[in-house]
Amino acid sequence: MFNSTSTASLVSRLVLQAAAAMIVVWSLAPFLWQVSTAFQEDRLLTAATPSFLPWPGTLEHFRNIFVEKQFHLYVVNSLIVAGATALLCLTIGAFAAFALSRLRIASRFGILGLFLSVSMFPQIAIVGPLYLVASNFGLMNTYTALIIIYLAMGLPLVIWVLFGYFETIPREIDEAAIIDGAEPLRLLVSVIVPMSLPGFVTTGLLAFIMAWNEFMFALAFTSGVERQTIPVGIANFTNLYYVPWGDIAAASVVVTLPLVTMVLIFQRYIVEGLTQGAVKE
Amino acid sequence: MALRSTLETDETAAFGESGEKRGWASRLAPLLFLTPASVAILAVSVYPILDGVWLSLRNTLLSTQADEFVGFSNYATLWQDDLFWSAWQHTLVFTAASTVLETLIGLGMALVLYEPFRGRGIVRAAMLVPWAIPTVVTSKMFGWLFDGQHGVINWLFLKAGLISDYVNWYGSPDTAFRSIVIADVWKTAPFMALLLLAGLQTIPRSLIEAARIDGAGPFAVFYYVRLPMLLPTLLIAGMFRALDAFRIFDLVYVLTGGGPADSTEVLSTLTYKTLFSGLDFGYGSTLSGAMFLTEALLAAGFGLFIVRRMRRAQD
Repeated sequence: MFNSTSTASLVSRLVLQAAAAMIVVWSLAPFLWQVSTAFQEDRLLTAATPSFLPWPGTLEHFRNIFVEKQFHLYVVNSLIVAGATALLCLTIGAFAAFALSRLRIASRFGILGLFLSVSMFPQIAIVGPLYLVASNFGLMNTYTALIIIYLAMGLPLVIWVLFGYFETIPREIDEAAIIDGAEPLRLLVSVIVPMSLPGFVTTGLLAFIMAWNEFMFALAFTSGVERQTIPVGIANFTNLYYVPWGDIAAASVVVTLPLVTMVLIFQRYIVEGLTQGAVKE
Repeated sequence: MALRSTLETDETAAFGESGEKRGWASRLAPLLFLTPASVAILAVSVYPILDGVWLSLRNTLLSTQADEFVGFSNYATLWQDDLFWSAWQHTLVFTAASTVLETLIGLGMALVLYEPFRGRGIVRAAMLVPWAIPTVVTSKMFGWLFDGQHGVINWLFLKAGLISDYVNWYGSPDTAFRSIVIADVWKTAPFMALLLLAGLQTIPRSLIEAARIDGAGPFAVFYYVRLPMLLPTLLIAGMFRALDAFRIFDLVYVLTGGGPADSTEVLSTLTYKTLFSGLDFGYGSTLSGAMFLTEALLAAGFGLFIVRRMRRAQD
Protein backbone atom coordinates (compact mmCIF):
# COMPACT_ATOMS: atom_id res chain seq x y z
CA MET A 1 0.00 0.00 0.00
CA PHE A 2 2.79 2.41 0.86
CA ASN A 3 5.64 2.52 -1.53
CA SER A 4 8.86 4.10 -0.30
CA THR A 5 8.60 7.27 -2.40
CA SER A 6 5.21 8.29 -1.13
CA THR A 7 6.23 7.55 2.47
CA ALA A 8 9.31 9.71 2.02
CA SER A 9 7.27 12.54 0.54
CA LEU A 10 4.72 12.24 3.33
CA VAL A 11 7.48 12.43 5.94
CA SER A 12 9.13 15.40 4.28
CA ARG A 13 5.78 17.15 4.02
CA LEU A 14 5.16 16.59 7.70
CA VAL A 15 8.63 17.85 8.62
CA LEU A 16 8.03 20.93 6.48
CA GLN A 17 4.65 21.67 8.07
CA ALA A 18 6.12 21.21 11.55
CA ALA A 19 9.00 23.55 10.76
CA ALA A 20 6.57 26.12 9.35
CA ALA A 21 4.44 25.90 12.48
CA MET A 22 7.56 26.40 14.61
CA ILE A 23 8.43 29.55 12.68
CA VAL A 24 4.95 30.98 13.23
CA VAL A 25 5.00 30.19 16.95
CA TRP A 26 8.52 31.59 17.39
CA SER A 27 7.59 34.80 15.56
CA LEU A 28 4.22 35.45 17.16
CA ALA A 29 4.41 33.97 20.66
CA PRO A 30 6.33 36.80 22.39
CA PHE A 31 4.05 39.40 20.84
CA LEU A 32 0.85 37.50 21.67
CA TRP A 33 2.12 37.11 25.22
CA GLN A 34 2.50 40.89 25.38
CA VAL A 35 -1.05 41.36 24.05
CA SER A 36 -2.40 38.98 26.66
CA THR A 37 -0.40 40.71 29.40
CA ALA A 38 -1.97 44.04 28.47
CA PHE A 39 -5.42 42.70 29.38
CA GLN A 40 -4.50 40.92 32.61
CA GLU A 41 -5.02 42.26 36.11
CA ASP A 42 -1.85 42.88 38.14
CA ARG A 43 -3.03 40.17 40.52
CA LEU A 44 -2.90 37.67 37.64
CA LEU A 45 0.47 38.90 36.39
CA THR A 46 2.10 38.23 39.73
CA ALA A 47 0.42 34.88 40.32
CA ALA A 48 2.56 31.79 40.80
CA THR A 49 1.31 30.27 37.56
CA PRO A 50 1.33 32.58 34.56
CA SER A 51 -1.84 32.40 32.53
CA PHE A 52 -1.96 32.88 28.82
CA LEU A 53 -5.63 33.79 28.61
CA PRO A 54 -6.41 37.19 30.09
CA TRP A 55 -9.21 35.98 32.32
CA PRO A 56 -10.64 37.91 34.05
CA GLY A 57 -9.72 40.60 31.59
CA THR A 58 -9.27 44.25 32.41
CA LEU A 59 -8.80 47.53 30.57
CA GLU A 60 -7.15 49.08 33.61
CA HIS A 61 -3.70 49.23 32.02
CA PHE A 62 -5.04 51.11 29.02
CA ARG A 63 -6.79 53.52 31.36
CA ASN A 64 -3.52 53.98 33.27
CA ILE A 65 -1.43 54.87 30.25
CA PHE A 66 -3.93 57.23 28.68
CA VAL A 67 -5.25 58.92 31.79
CA GLU A 68 -2.24 59.00 34.09
CA LYS A 69 0.65 58.93 31.64
CA GLN A 70 -0.91 60.97 28.83
CA PHE A 71 0.12 58.38 26.32
CA HIS A 72 -2.01 59.99 23.59
CA LEU A 73 0.43 62.93 23.55
CA TYR A 74 3.26 60.57 22.65
CA VAL A 75 1.08 59.05 19.96
CA VAL A 76 0.36 62.49 18.48
CA ASN A 77 4.07 63.38 18.54
CA SER A 78 4.98 60.14 16.81
CA LEU A 79 2.26 60.58 14.19
CA ILE A 80 3.43 64.10 13.35
CA VAL A 81 7.12 63.21 13.22
CA ALA A 82 6.76 59.93 11.33
CA GLY A 83 4.08 61.30 8.99
CA ALA A 84 6.11 64.38 8.06
CA THR A 85 9.23 62.23 7.63
CA ALA A 86 7.47 59.85 5.26
CA LEU A 87 5.95 62.66 3.15
CA LEU A 88 9.22 64.60 2.89
CA CYS A 89 11.20 61.44 2.15
CA LEU A 90 8.83 60.57 -0.69
CA THR A 91 8.84 64.06 -2.22
CA ILE A 92 12.56 64.77 -2.02
CA GLY A 93 13.47 61.14 -2.68
CA ALA A 94 11.29 60.99 -5.81
CA PHE A 95 13.04 64.01 -7.32
CA ALA A 96 16.47 62.55 -6.59
CA ALA A 97 15.60 59.06 -7.81
CA PHE A 98 14.06 60.53 -10.96
CA ALA A 99 17.17 62.62 -11.67
CA LEU A 100 19.40 59.59 -11.15
CA SER A 101 17.23 57.40 -13.34
CA ARG A 102 16.24 59.75 -16.18
CA LEU A 103 18.39 62.88 -16.32
CA ARG A 104 21.89 63.33 -17.64
CA ILE A 105 24.12 62.96 -14.61
CA ALA A 106 27.77 62.04 -14.48
CA SER A 107 28.47 58.89 -12.43
CA ARG A 108 24.96 58.18 -11.24
CA PHE A 109 26.13 55.00 -9.52
CA GLY A 110 28.83 56.92 -7.73
CA ILE A 111 26.14 59.17 -6.26
CA LEU A 112 23.82 56.26 -5.41
CA GLY A 113 26.71 54.42 -3.76
CA LEU A 114 27.70 57.53 -1.81
CA PHE A 115 24.13 58.02 -0.51
CA LEU A 116 23.98 54.41 0.52
CA SER A 117 27.40 54.29 2.18
CA VAL A 118 26.63 57.45 4.12
CA SER A 119 23.66 55.69 5.68
CA MET A 120 25.97 52.98 7.02
CA PHE A 121 27.69 55.33 9.48
CA PRO A 122 27.06 54.43 13.11
CA GLN A 123 24.40 56.86 14.28
CA ILE A 124 26.08 57.26 17.63
CA ALA A 125 28.93 58.99 15.77
CA ILE A 126 26.69 61.83 14.62
CA VAL A 127 24.41 62.31 17.61
CA GLY A 128 26.90 64.44 19.59
CA PRO A 129 27.78 66.98 16.90
CA LEU A 130 24.13 67.20 15.77
CA TYR A 131 23.10 67.86 19.36
CA LEU A 132 25.46 70.86 19.47
CA VAL A 133 24.12 72.15 16.14
CA ALA A 134 20.52 71.74 17.30
CA SER A 135 21.19 73.66 20.51
CA ASN A 136 22.90 76.47 18.57
CA PHE A 137 19.90 76.81 16.26
CA GLY A 138 17.40 76.55 19.09
CA LEU A 139 16.03 73.29 17.71
CA MET A 140 16.15 71.30 20.92
CA ASN A 141 12.85 69.72 21.86
CA THR A 142 11.26 70.47 18.47
CA TYR A 143 9.63 68.31 15.83
CA THR A 144 11.84 70.02 13.22
CA ALA A 145 15.14 68.60 14.49
CA LEU A 146 13.80 65.04 14.57
CA ILE A 147 12.16 65.33 11.15
CA ILE A 148 15.35 66.65 9.51
CA ILE A 149 17.43 63.85 11.01
CA TYR A 150 14.93 61.13 10.11
CA LEU A 151 14.63 62.55 6.61
CA ALA A 152 18.36 62.17 6.09
CA MET A 153 18.27 58.68 7.60
CA GLY A 154 15.38 57.53 5.43
CA LEU A 155 16.39 59.12 2.13
CA PRO A 156 19.12 56.65 1.05
CA LEU A 157 16.77 53.66 1.20
CA VAL A 158 13.86 55.60 -0.30
CA ILE A 159 16.00 56.81 -3.20
CA TRP A 160 17.45 53.35 -3.74
CA VAL A 161 14.07 51.60 -3.85
CA LEU A 162 12.34 54.30 -5.92
CA PHE A 163 15.27 54.27 -8.34
CA GLY A 164 14.73 50.52 -8.73
CA TYR A 165 11.02 51.09 -9.48
CA PHE A 166 11.67 53.91 -11.94
CA GLU A 167 14.17 51.75 -13.79
CA THR A 168 11.48 49.17 -14.49
CA ILE A 169 9.33 51.71 -16.38
CA PRO A 170 10.05 51.38 -20.11
CA ARG A 171 11.87 54.27 -21.76
CA GLU A 172 9.43 54.24 -24.69
CA ILE A 173 6.84 55.77 -22.41
CA ASP A 174 9.22 58.64 -21.55
CA GLU A 175 9.94 59.23 -25.18
CA ALA A 176 6.28 59.44 -26.05
CA ALA A 177 5.79 62.01 -23.29
CA ILE A 178 8.83 64.02 -24.38
CA ILE A 179 7.63 64.11 -27.96
CA ASP A 180 4.36 65.46 -26.61
CA GLY A 181 6.41 68.28 -25.15
CA ALA A 182 6.79 67.18 -21.51
CA GLU A 183 9.52 68.84 -19.46
CA PRO A 184 11.24 66.80 -16.70
CA LEU A 185 8.88 67.92 -13.95
CA ARG A 186 5.83 67.02 -16.04
CA LEU A 187 7.31 63.65 -16.95
CA LEU A 188 7.91 62.89 -13.28
CA VAL A 189 4.53 64.08 -12.01
CA SER A 190 2.26 62.86 -14.79
CA VAL A 191 3.99 59.70 -15.97
CA ILE A 192 6.58 58.23 -13.59
CA VAL A 193 4.82 58.81 -10.26
CA PRO A 194 1.43 57.35 -11.26
CA MET A 195 3.18 54.35 -12.76
CA SER A 196 5.17 53.54 -9.62
CA LEU A 197 2.56 53.98 -6.92
CA PRO A 198 3.30 50.59 -5.29
CA GLY A 199 6.90 51.74 -4.93
CA PHE A 200 5.71 54.88 -3.17
CA VAL A 201 3.53 52.87 -0.80
CA THR A 202 6.45 50.61 0.15
CA THR A 203 9.02 53.33 0.60
CA GLY A 204 6.63 55.65 2.40
CA LEU A 205 5.81 52.85 4.79
CA LEU A 206 9.48 52.00 5.35
CA ALA A 207 10.30 55.63 6.11
CA PHE A 208 7.30 55.89 8.42
CA ILE A 209 8.24 52.73 10.33
CA MET A 210 11.85 53.88 10.65
CA ALA A 211 10.81 57.22 12.15
CA TRP A 212 8.06 55.65 14.29
CA ASN A 213 10.53 53.18 15.83
CA GLU A 214 13.62 55.38 16.19
CA PHE A 215 14.81 55.76 19.74
CA MET A 216 18.27 57.25 20.23
CA PHE A 217 17.82 60.64 18.58
CA ALA A 218 14.36 61.03 20.06
CA LEU A 219 15.83 60.29 23.49
CA ALA A 220 18.68 62.76 23.12
CA PHE A 221 16.81 65.60 21.43
CA THR A 222 13.52 65.75 23.30
CA SER A 223 12.46 66.17 26.89
CA GLY A 224 8.98 65.92 28.27
CA VAL A 225 5.73 64.56 27.00
CA GLU A 226 5.06 67.55 24.73
CA ARG A 227 7.67 66.42 22.17
CA GLN A 228 8.81 62.90 23.07
CA THR A 229 7.87 60.06 20.74
CA ILE A 230 6.37 56.72 21.74
CA PRO A 231 9.60 54.68 22.08
CA VAL A 232 10.99 57.24 24.53
CA GLY A 233 7.70 57.26 26.41
CA ILE A 234 7.70 53.47 26.76
CA ALA A 235 11.36 53.36 27.77
CA ASN A 236 10.64 55.86 30.54
CA PHE A 237 7.69 53.96 31.99
CA THR A 238 9.87 52.00 34.37
CA ASN A 239 10.52 53.67 37.66
CA LEU A 240 13.17 52.78 40.17
CA TYR A 241 11.17 50.53 42.44
CA TYR A 242 8.55 48.89 40.33
CA VAL A 243 8.15 47.84 36.71
CA PRO A 244 4.54 48.33 35.56
CA TRP A 245 4.58 45.37 33.17
CA GLY A 246 0.86 45.58 32.48
CA ASP A 247 1.03 49.26 31.50
CA ILE A 248 4.10 48.64 29.36
CA ALA A 249 2.31 45.80 27.61
CA ALA A 250 -0.74 48.00 26.97
CA ALA A 251 1.46 50.71 25.48
CA SER A 252 3.26 48.10 23.37
CA VAL A 253 -0.03 46.92 21.97
CA VAL A 254 -1.20 50.44 21.15
CA VAL A 255 2.07 51.18 19.33
CA THR A 256 2.45 47.91 17.55
CA LEU A 257 -1.03 46.92 16.41
CA PRO A 258 -1.37 49.65 13.74
CA LEU A 259 2.14 48.87 12.54
CA VAL A 260 1.57 45.15 12.36
CA THR A 261 -1.74 45.69 10.59
CA MET A 262 -0.14 47.93 7.98
CA VAL A 263 2.75 45.53 7.49
CA LEU A 264 0.40 42.59 7.03
CA ILE A 265 -1.73 44.49 4.52
CA PHE A 266 1.25 45.65 2.48
CA GLN A 267 3.53 42.69 3.15
CA ARG A 268 3.91 41.68 -0.48
CA TYR A 269 5.15 45.16 -1.44
CA ILE A 270 7.38 45.41 1.61
CA VAL A 271 9.12 42.12 0.96
CA GLU A 272 9.63 43.18 -2.62
CA GLY A 273 10.98 46.58 -1.63
CA LEU A 274 13.25 45.28 1.09
CA THR A 275 14.86 42.61 -1.02
CA GLN A 276 15.18 44.77 -4.09
CA GLY A 277 18.75 45.67 -4.88
CA ALA A 278 20.01 43.21 -2.30
CA VAL A 279 19.76 40.16 -4.50
CA LYS A 280 18.38 41.25 -7.84
CA GLU A 281 20.38 39.85 -10.72
CA MET B 1 23.15 43.14 -8.04
CA ALA B 2 20.91 45.58 -9.78
CA LEU B 3 24.00 47.27 -11.13
CA ARG B 4 24.38 45.36 -14.36
CA SER B 5 20.84 45.71 -15.65
CA THR B 6 20.80 49.42 -14.94
CA LEU B 7 24.22 50.09 -16.46
CA GLU B 8 22.87 49.00 -19.80
CA THR B 9 20.30 51.76 -19.70
CA ASP B 10 22.87 54.35 -18.73
CA GLU B 11 22.92 55.83 -22.21
CA THR B 12 19.20 56.31 -22.40
CA ALA B 13 18.66 59.17 -19.97
CA ALA B 14 15.45 60.70 -21.28
CA PHE B 15 16.71 64.25 -21.35
CA GLY B 16 20.29 63.35 -22.09
CA GLU B 17 20.33 63.56 -25.87
CA SER B 18 22.33 66.52 -27.04
CA GLY B 19 20.70 69.01 -29.37
CA GLU B 20 16.96 68.55 -29.33
CA LYS B 21 14.84 69.06 -26.23
CA ARG B 22 17.44 70.84 -24.17
CA GLY B 23 15.57 73.79 -22.76
CA TRP B 24 16.73 75.56 -19.61
CA ALA B 25 14.50 73.36 -17.49
CA SER B 26 16.19 70.24 -18.82
CA ARG B 27 19.64 71.61 -18.17
CA LEU B 28 18.92 72.86 -14.66
CA ALA B 29 16.71 69.97 -13.67
CA PRO B 30 19.42 67.50 -12.55
CA LEU B 31 20.84 70.08 -10.17
CA LEU B 32 17.46 71.19 -8.85
CA PHE B 33 16.21 67.65 -8.39
CA LEU B 34 19.28 66.26 -6.65
CA THR B 35 20.17 69.17 -4.39
CA PRO B 36 17.58 68.80 -1.59
CA ALA B 37 18.39 65.13 -1.01
CA SER B 38 22.13 65.71 -1.21
CA VAL B 39 22.04 68.64 1.19
CA ALA B 40 19.94 66.73 3.72
CA ILE B 41 22.13 63.64 3.59
CA LEU B 42 25.45 65.48 3.69
CA ALA B 43 24.38 67.91 6.40
CA VAL B 44 23.21 65.15 8.70
CA SER B 45 26.05 62.70 8.13
CA VAL B 46 29.22 64.08 6.59
CA TYR B 47 29.28 67.36 8.49
CA PRO B 48 28.72 65.73 11.93
CA ILE B 49 31.34 63.07 11.21
CA LEU B 50 33.95 65.74 10.47
CA ASP B 51 32.82 67.80 13.43
CA GLY B 52 33.13 64.67 15.57
CA VAL B 53 36.77 64.26 14.58
CA TRP B 54 37.40 67.90 15.53
CA LEU B 55 35.58 67.44 18.88
CA SER B 56 37.67 64.38 19.68
CA LEU B 57 40.75 66.61 19.70
CA ARG B 58 39.18 68.92 22.23
CA ASN B 59 38.17 68.89 25.83
CA THR B 60 34.54 69.91 25.52
CA LEU B 61 32.51 69.60 28.69
CA LEU B 62 28.97 70.91 28.53
CA SER B 63 28.70 70.80 32.32
CA THR B 64 31.49 73.33 32.96
CA GLN B 65 31.47 75.05 29.55
CA ALA B 66 35.14 74.00 29.18
CA ASP B 67 36.31 73.93 25.58
CA GLU B 68 39.98 73.74 24.67
CA PHE B 69 42.20 72.03 22.14
CA VAL B 70 44.03 69.08 23.70
CA GLY B 71 45.48 67.24 20.70
CA PHE B 72 45.52 63.48 21.03
CA SER B 73 45.22 63.34 24.78
CA ASN B 74 41.65 61.96 24.56
CA TYR B 75 43.03 59.11 22.48
CA ALA B 76 45.74 58.44 25.07
CA THR B 77 43.03 58.25 27.73
CA LEU B 78 41.03 55.90 25.54
CA TRP B 79 43.98 53.54 25.13
CA GLN B 80 44.12 53.03 28.88
CA ASP B 81 40.38 53.01 29.50
CA ASP B 82 39.42 49.52 30.72
CA LEU B 83 35.73 50.30 30.32
CA PHE B 84 36.27 51.15 26.66
CA TRP B 85 38.15 47.92 25.97
CA SER B 86 35.58 45.77 27.73
CA ALA B 87 32.77 47.51 25.79
CA TRP B 88 34.77 47.00 22.60
CA GLN B 89 35.08 43.33 23.36
CA HIS B 90 31.39 42.94 24.26
CA THR B 91 30.44 44.63 20.99
CA LEU B 92 32.57 42.31 18.90
CA VAL B 93 31.37 39.18 20.72
CA PHE B 94 27.76 40.34 20.37
CA THR B 95 28.27 41.08 16.67
CA ALA B 96 29.81 37.67 15.99
CA ALA B 97 27.26 35.74 18.04
CA SER B 98 24.16 37.46 16.69
CA THR B 99 25.34 37.47 13.07
CA VAL B 100 26.20 33.76 13.07
CA LEU B 101 22.97 32.75 14.84
CA GLU B 102 20.80 34.99 12.68
CA THR B 103 22.40 33.73 9.49
CA LEU B 104 21.94 30.08 10.45
CA ILE B 105 18.37 30.48 11.72
CA GLY B 106 17.50 32.77 8.82
CA LEU B 107 18.85 30.21 6.38
CA GLY B 108 16.77 27.50 8.01
CA MET B 109 13.65 29.64 7.76
CA ALA B 110 14.39 30.54 4.14
CA LEU B 111 14.80 26.88 3.18
CA VAL B 112 11.42 26.10 4.71
CA LEU B 113 9.73 29.04 3.00
CA TYR B 114 11.22 28.14 -0.35
CA GLU B 115 9.20 24.92 -0.53
CA PRO B 116 5.60 25.22 -1.61
CA PHE B 117 3.17 24.27 1.16
CA ARG B 118 -0.25 25.24 2.36
CA GLY B 119 -0.16 28.43 4.44
CA ARG B 120 3.20 29.66 3.20
CA GLY B 121 1.83 33.19 2.86
CA ILE B 122 0.77 33.16 6.51
CA VAL B 123 4.23 32.08 7.64
CA ARG B 124 5.87 34.79 5.58
CA ALA B 125 3.53 37.41 7.00
CA ALA B 126 4.08 36.18 10.57
CA MET B 127 7.80 36.48 10.06
CA LEU B 128 7.49 40.21 9.38
CA VAL B 129 5.93 40.87 12.78
CA PRO B 130 9.19 40.85 14.83
CA TRP B 131 10.80 43.07 12.24
CA ALA B 132 8.01 45.67 12.40
CA ILE B 133 7.93 45.94 16.18
CA PRO B 134 9.92 48.91 17.57
CA THR B 135 13.14 47.76 19.23
CA VAL B 136 12.16 49.49 22.45
CA VAL B 137 9.01 47.38 22.56
CA THR B 138 11.05 44.25 21.79
CA SER B 139 13.30 45.13 24.72
CA LYS B 140 10.36 45.49 27.07
CA MET B 141 8.76 42.29 25.75
CA PHE B 142 11.88 40.28 26.47
CA GLY B 143 12.35 42.07 29.76
CA TRP B 144 8.94 40.74 30.78
CA LEU B 145 9.49 37.24 29.31
CA PHE B 146 12.79 36.90 31.18
CA ASP B 147 11.62 38.67 34.32
CA GLY B 148 13.25 37.13 37.39
CA GLN B 149 10.10 36.87 39.49
CA HIS B 150 7.10 36.49 37.22
CA GLY B 151 8.63 35.89 33.80
CA VAL B 152 7.08 33.08 31.79
CA ILE B 153 10.51 31.79 30.69
CA ASN B 154 11.36 30.98 34.30
CA TRP B 155 8.07 29.18 34.74
CA LEU B 156 8.44 27.20 31.49
CA PHE B 157 12.06 26.23 32.19
CA LEU B 158 11.21 25.21 35.73
CA LYS B 159 8.32 23.03 34.50
CA ALA B 160 10.59 21.47 31.87
CA GLY B 161 13.22 20.76 34.50
CA LEU B 162 15.87 22.90 32.82
CA ILE B 163 16.40 25.00 35.94
CA SER B 164 15.88 24.12 39.57
CA ASP B 165 15.05 27.62 40.79
CA TYR B 166 13.99 30.95 39.30
CA VAL B 167 16.84 32.72 37.55
CA ASN B 168 17.26 36.50 37.46
CA TRP B 169 18.25 36.43 33.78
CA TYR B 170 19.07 40.09 33.39
CA GLY B 171 20.61 40.28 36.85
CA SER B 172 23.76 38.24 36.37
CA PRO B 173 26.48 39.00 33.81
CA ASP B 174 26.60 35.85 31.66
CA THR B 175 22.85 35.25 31.41
CA ALA B 176 22.19 38.96 30.75
CA PHE B 177 24.47 38.94 27.73
CA ARG B 178 22.91 35.76 26.34
CA SER B 179 19.40 37.08 26.86
CA ILE B 180 20.25 40.17 24.83
CA VAL B 181 21.58 38.01 22.01
CA ILE B 182 18.35 35.96 22.08
CA ALA B 183 16.20 39.10 21.88
CA ASP B 184 18.24 40.38 18.95
CA VAL B 185 18.09 37.05 17.12
CA TRP B 186 14.32 36.99 17.56
CA LYS B 187 13.98 40.44 16.07
CA THR B 188 16.38 40.12 13.14
CA ALA B 189 16.57 36.48 12.01
CA PRO B 190 13.31 36.82 10.01
CA PHE B 191 14.74 39.71 8.04
CA MET B 192 17.79 37.60 7.24
CA ALA B 193 15.40 34.86 6.12
CA LEU B 194 13.70 37.23 3.67
CA LEU B 195 17.00 38.24 2.09
CA LEU B 196 18.15 34.64 1.82
CA LEU B 197 14.79 33.54 0.45
CA ALA B 198 15.11 36.13 -2.31
CA GLY B 199 18.58 34.74 -2.99
CA LEU B 200 17.32 31.16 -3.08
CA GLN B 201 14.65 32.10 -5.59
CA THR B 202 17.25 33.27 -8.09
CA ILE B 203 18.71 29.74 -8.27
CA PRO B 204 17.23 28.02 -11.33
CA ARG B 205 14.89 25.25 -10.25
CA SER B 206 16.06 23.12 -13.17
CA LEU B 207 19.49 22.85 -11.54
CA ILE B 208 17.97 21.45 -8.37
CA GLU B 209 15.68 19.12 -10.33
CA ALA B 210 18.66 17.84 -12.32
CA ALA B 211 20.60 17.08 -9.15
CA ARG B 212 17.58 15.27 -7.70
CA ILE B 213 17.20 13.13 -10.83
CA ASP B 214 20.87 12.25 -10.57
CA GLY B 215 20.01 10.78 -7.19
CA ALA B 216 21.14 13.53 -4.86
CA GLY B 217 19.34 13.58 -1.49
CA PRO B 218 18.17 16.81 0.14
CA PHE B 219 21.47 17.30 1.97
CA ALA B 220 23.57 16.75 -1.15
CA VAL B 221 21.36 19.15 -3.09
CA PHE B 222 21.79 21.72 -0.36
CA TYR B 223 25.56 21.29 -0.01
CA TYR B 224 26.58 20.96 -3.64
CA VAL B 225 23.98 23.03 -5.48
CA ARG B 226 22.25 25.55 -3.26
CA LEU B 227 24.97 26.55 -0.84
CA PRO B 228 27.58 27.47 -3.48
CA MET B 229 25.03 29.48 -5.45
CA LEU B 230 23.69 31.16 -2.35
CA LEU B 231 27.15 32.07 -1.07
CA PRO B 232 27.29 35.62 -2.50
CA THR B 233 23.91 36.48 -0.95
CA LEU B 234 24.92 34.85 2.33
CA LEU B 235 28.17 36.78 2.54
CA ILE B 236 26.67 40.14 1.64
CA ALA B 237 23.63 39.73 3.90
CA GLY B 238 25.97 38.58 6.68
CA MET B 239 28.16 41.62 6.20
CA PHE B 240 25.25 44.07 6.36
CA ARG B 241 23.91 42.30 9.41
CA ALA B 242 27.29 42.36 11.16
CA LEU B 243 27.76 46.07 10.53
CA ASP B 244 24.26 46.66 11.86
CA ALA B 245 24.76 44.47 14.94
CA PHE B 246 27.95 46.36 15.69
CA ARG B 247 25.89 49.52 16.22
CA ILE B 248 23.43 47.95 18.68
CA PHE B 249 22.00 50.53 21.05
CA ASP B 250 18.24 50.44 21.83
CA LEU B 251 18.11 46.83 22.94
CA VAL B 252 20.98 47.12 25.42
CA TYR B 253 20.11 50.62 26.63
CA VAL B 254 16.50 49.74 27.44
CA LEU B 255 16.94 46.10 28.53
CA THR B 256 19.97 46.24 30.82
CA GLY B 257 21.34 49.77 30.54
CA GLY B 258 24.77 48.16 30.14
CA GLY B 259 24.60 46.30 33.47
CA PRO B 260 24.88 44.34 35.59
CA ALA B 261 28.39 45.50 36.51
CA ASP B 262 29.05 46.77 32.96
CA SER B 263 28.78 43.21 31.66
CA THR B 264 26.56 44.20 28.72
CA GLU B 265 28.02 47.63 28.08
CA VAL B 266 28.62 48.03 24.34
CA LEU B 267 30.32 50.85 22.45
CA SER B 268 27.08 52.66 21.59
CA THR B 269 25.74 52.69 25.13
CA LEU B 270 29.10 53.70 26.59
CA THR B 271 29.39 56.55 24.08
CA TYR B 272 25.81 57.68 24.66
CA LYS B 273 26.30 57.80 28.43
CA THR B 274 29.59 59.67 28.09
CA LEU B 275 27.89 62.23 25.87
CA PHE B 276 24.58 62.75 27.58
CA SER B 277 25.08 61.66 31.19
CA GLY B 278 28.69 62.80 31.50
CA LEU B 279 28.12 65.73 29.11
CA ASP B 280 31.69 65.04 27.96
CA PHE B 281 31.50 65.73 24.23
CA GLY B 282 35.26 65.61 23.68
CA TYR B 283 35.81 62.13 25.07
CA GLY B 284 32.43 60.96 23.81
CA SER B 285 33.48 61.89 20.28
CA THR B 286 36.75 60.03 20.79
CA LEU B 287 34.79 56.92 21.75
CA SER B 288 32.53 57.20 18.72
CA GLY B 289 35.60 57.83 16.56
CA ALA B 290 37.16 54.59 17.78
CA MET B 291 33.90 52.82 17.11
CA PHE B 292 33.72 54.28 13.65
CA LEU B 293 37.27 53.15 12.93
CA THR B 294 36.57 49.61 14.11
CA GLU B 295 33.45 49.46 11.97
CA ALA B 296 35.33 50.77 8.92
CA LEU B 297 38.02 48.11 9.42
CA LEU B 298 35.33 45.48 9.85
CA ALA B 299 33.62 46.60 6.63
CA ALA B 300 36.91 46.67 4.72
CA GLY B 301 37.85 43.22 6.02
CA PHE B 302 34.48 41.78 5.03
CA GLY B 303 34.61 43.49 1.65
CA LEU B 304 38.05 42.13 0.89
CA PHE B 305 37.05 38.64 2.00
CA ILE B 306 33.95 38.68 -0.17
CA VAL B 307 35.79 39.94 -3.25
CA ARG B 308 38.49 37.26 -2.83
CA ARG B 309 35.92 34.57 -2.29
CA MET B 310 34.00 35.58 -5.42
CA ARG B 311 37.17 35.67 -7.50
CA ARG B 312 38.07 32.20 -6.33
CA ALA B 313 34.57 30.98 -7.11
CA GLN B 314 34.84 32.37 -10.62
CA ASP B 315 38.19 30.73 -11.42
